[in-house]
Amino acid sequence: MSKQPINTNEKPGIFDKPENVKRLLRIFYLCVILLLIVDIFYHKHTYFAWEGYFGFYSVYGFVACVILVIVSKYILRPMVMRKEDHYDD
Amino acid sequence: MTINALPPALILILGGLLVPLLKGRTRQAVLLLLPVISFINLLQIPVGSHWVFPFLSDQIVLGRIDKLSLIFGYIFHLVAFLSALYALHVNDTVQNVAGTVYAGAAIGAVFAGDMFTLFVFWELLTISATFLILARRTEKALGAGFRYFMVHVAGGLCLLAGIIIHVFQTGSAAFDLIGLGTTASWFIFIGIGVNCAWPLLHPWLTDAYPEATITGTIFLSAFTTKTAIYALARAFPGTEELIFIGGAMAAFPIFYAVIENDLRRVLAYSLINQVGFMVVGIGIGTALSINGAVAHAFNDLLFKGLLFMTMGAVMYRTGKINATDLGGLYKSMPWTCAFCIVGAASISAFPLFSGFVSKSMVMEAAALGDMRWLWFILLFASAGVFHHAGIKIPFFAFFSHDSGIRCKEAPPHMLLAMGISALLCILIGCFPQYLYSLLPYATDYEPYTISHVLAQTELLFFSALAFTLLLLAGIYPAEIRSLNIDADWFYRKGGRQVYRFCQWAFDGINDWANRTIAQKMTKRLSRFFEEPGGNFQKYGYRLLVETSGIDKNYEKMEKQIDIRSRMATYSVGAGVLLAVMILAFASLLLFFR
Repeated sequence: MSKQPINTNEKPGIFDKPENVKRLLRIFYLCVILLLIVDIFYHKHTYFAWEGYFGFYSVYGFVACVILVIVSKYILRPMVMRKEDHYDD
Repeated sequence: MTINALPPALILILGGLLVPLLKGRTRQAVLLLLPVISFINLLQIPVGSHWVFPFLSDQIVLGRIDKLSLIFGYIFHLVAFLSALYALHVNDTVQNVAGTVYAGAAIGAVFAGDMFTLFVFWELLTISATFLILARRTEKALGAGFRYFMVHVAGGLCLLAGIIIHVFQTGSAAFDLIGLGTTASWFIFIGIGVNCAWPLLHPWLTDAYPEATITGTIFLSAFTTKTAIYALARAFPGTEELIFIGGAMAAFPIFYAVIENDLRRVLAYSLINQVGFMVVGIGIGTALSINGAVAHAFNDLLFKGLLFMTMGAVMYRTGKINATDLGGLYKSMPWTCAFCIVGAASISAFPLFSGFVSKSMVMEAAALGDMRWLWFILLFASAGVFHHAGIKIPFFAFFSHDSGIRCKEAPPHMLLAMGISALLCILIGCFPQYLYSLLPYATDYEPYTISHVLAQTELLFFSALAFTLLLLAGIYPAEIRSLNIDADWFYRKGGRQVYRFCQWAFDGINDWANRTIAQKMTKRLSRFFEEPGGNFQKYGYRLLVETSGIDKNYEKMEKQIDIRSRMATYSVGAGVLLAVMILAFASLLLFFR
């Protein structure tokens, strides 16, 4: 963030301060925990039995994204990534 | 029946063609007004089939107005207006005409009551869209536009073949439920599939859309795929194959989107992903799922258009679109950033945003049909779309590391177009009943149950948590300046190989023929015919000498022949010799005739 020739008179953006980013992250983690707490106490009306298990959607959302990223990065990218001029002859 | 209105597509297409005659403010005003006038015209047309003309042994229907075509007609007009507003600064006749005609063609296609009319508008879509790509006037755009055109011409021909066989077999050109079964239906099915960007048929989309002009992409992202969705909903509802195709469409592009650097290409992949949900909805074929597919098409036109608009605005101001070059723009373009987040929330189906009220219909239809695998795939795609379109797009463009770019906020007309789109995304998300009342089937679907809201919020927040943790841990794939090959490799590289092979094979034959026939043969023949009689004798004698081995007088003899031939002192003249040869050749030909 420091290497750019930024105008020194410029007002720093709210995310230029690390403590703001930290605060935002803390709020986010709190929301995540709150959601899990709500999930314990609220019994969902569902079509499939597994939807009603505790934290099903949380776990699925988390695992799905981790798998998505891992597969994209370690399997797909080595397979398909080429130089930008791959098609220019 | 006489009505005081024009066929739905006429105003935009004819109006678009008249645009080159206008200049400056007048042209801008007309470009904005055309969709409005066309929309008012549409409202004057009652439900039913209008502008029916006899054609060959059948009839063409320019205006089939029912609930299914109307909802597409409404949203196409709205998007045509928003796109025109967004593109108000563009003073390029090619783009002005192509954009307007393109929207008109899409409207013509959804109101077409017969297959011939559908086909004509279908092709007009291809032609006008190609110009929107070429208008970027870069070498890459030229290549992408050419490939776009070739793929769509092939798809169009497939559709035409299907239509002709279908009309021949059934005797009717009416465009209604076809269903999969006959050869003709397969041709039509695949022809539509090309425009719908089915897996393996899809690379024209991710190839061309990011290469088109900034404003051209807004138009492009709207009409071609959604017209195809309309055609599928009309002709192939409940076709089981569509469930598999749609499932694949929803799932595979998200992997590409995660590693793609060009943010407009990320959106192009997520466009296929969203169309996948619609295709699944049509494939399931229940009233709920078709409603869901149509509603999702309606919403997608708005939020995907909005996302492309925000990325277009970033590109317009910074000249850059790769994630590696952007970042920290929230300070320079706060409004664009806010609109982008609304678009991202909508496509991710956050409660209170438009995607939530339509995607859930398709999910619920899959659950009601007890399609477990499909349900899991769609849920995976839902989490994935939030990951790449919901977080990645706004994060890398507007936050992430500060790229040091300081630019102006997007121009007012762009902000207005984005603002209206964003507002509609929120309004539809909060008051879905207005959208539901437009759907083809009556519905009392209620998206806002506590279970559903909680489930979706959990899914999204934990996807976001995964993103955050992976990013903080440094596992999230860094954006790399690169290119990811896709199914278009087969015709881009493969095509070139075929080209090279042909070059090698045909040029080889050509070269050989040139060397041996054109050069050597003519030289020898001309030398031979300088002294045909003498040469004939000489070669004959040489043959005799070589076979018999007697060569005492050979050189002397040859000299003698030469002298005699030059002095023309043959007892038999050269002319007679030639005549005899020709006669001999002719009699040979006659013999083997």
